[in-house]
Amino acid sequence: MGASNNSEESPRLNVTGYRRLRAGTQPEYSHAAYASSCKRCPTHPLVAIPHTLTEVTGPEFTMDDISGNGCDLTRAGTGHPLGEKIIVSGRVLDEDGRPVRKALVEVWQANSAGRYMHERDQHQAPLDPNFTGRGQTLTDGEGNYRFVSIKPGAYPWRNHPNAWRPAHIHFSLFGSAFVTRLVTQMYFPGDPLLPFDPIYNCTADEEARKRLISIFDWETTIPETALGYRFDIILRGRDATPMEL
Amino acid sequence: MPGACASTSQTVGPFFHLGLTAVDLSNLAGPNVKGEHITLEGHVLDGDRVPVPDALIEVWQANSHGKYAHEADCQRKPLDAHFRGYGRTATLADGSFRFRTIRPGQVPGTNGALQAPHIEVCVFMRGLLKQLVTRVYFENDPANANDYVLRLIEPARRNTLVARAEGENVYRWNILLQGEDETVFFDV
Repeated sequence: MGASNNSEESPRLNVTGYRRLRAGTQPEYSHAAYASSCKRCPTHPLVAIPHTLTEVTGPEFTMDDISGNGCDLTRAGTGHPLGEKIIVSGRVLDEDGRPVRKALVEVWQANSAGRYMHERDQHQAPLDPNFTGRGQTLTDGEGNYRFVSIKPGAYPWRNHPNAWRPAHIHFSLFGSAFVTRLVTQMYFPGDPLLPFDPIYNCTADEEARKRLISIFDWETTIPETALGYRFDIILRGRDATPMEL
Repeated sequence: MPGACASTSQTVGPFFHLGLTAVDLSNLAGPNVKGEHITLEGHVLDGDRVPVPDALIEVWQANSHGKYAHEADCQRKPLDAHFRGYGRTATLADGSFRFRTIRPGQVPGTNGALQAPHIEVCVFMRGLLKQLVTRVYFENDPANANDYVLRLIEPARRNTLVARAEGENVYRWNILLQGEDETVFFDV
């Protein structure tokens, strides 16, 4: 095999990297107010590497990858889950405002009582047999996604005395490259627990933090049925100029 | 909203299994995939050398020809219809993880040079507010000596990215979050 004379096999590749994340808009690994970070954060500085073909590629997904009840989390059981039905929708865009198409969006969340259907969740709140709290979808050609769900409840955790997580939905996103991978959480407007939550507050930049809070949305609210919340997500954008590899 | 910066990362938390590992994606290479089939296994350990029982590990790699199943890879190399190159799994109670895959071929790096065979790795867990990115290389691969990315790392730490051959087609690689032999993580 001609693995060593690759230049004969293939033309020179132009790889366009992705923009580095802006200082302050992402959390640091070490965050003293979040106790679990202390023994799990790296202590050496990260080593900066260029974006090669490895970094600018990533898995591509199709509808075949969508399992379970897809984008409707209220259809997990035989009956209706308890709680306030909601529509969570938005767009996945890059930093230049371009839609990210066919992005895999995965969500998981607690039920309306603040309990996850997970063996390690020991909160005394009741489970709901009609709600597993798992959803998956792909964005459409305009970067739109939409989930039907139940508003999750707040729940206690042991980070500090009388610690409560504000209501949130976990989001996982794959964009067009492995370096655009994002896991985040969506919060609800007006939640009184937000100022006290070390996870929400882990990012220095206030504007960046606020964008984790969804916006109540009349346009997607369905009369007699469900309140709409809008949550747009921005993935890293590309560098202006390609690098020749 | 043009000009806005990327959304803020938040921890994956302790309950990600619910959303992310309901389908087992730890086997990247079924029997029809071409190449040298391998097992990549190891443990994730925290700063007290305690196993991490709730880490999510994702891997991304080229096929045995050194081609990524992605539109940005325009190399004239064959795709393998049975190989996507992506996997993910959660650590078990003892902090262990295991992927079944194939040894990747070489892909281009910088200045036209080929990179040594490697697998890109993303690590998420409760306590990590954003993912850690690293790579796995393979012990005894002569290409490691000239790999551009490995050479960006101070020599004493490079071994943290090299999986040890252990038995037939088994490679062992641990992820150490802290300590003297802390795994090298990348700013990408």
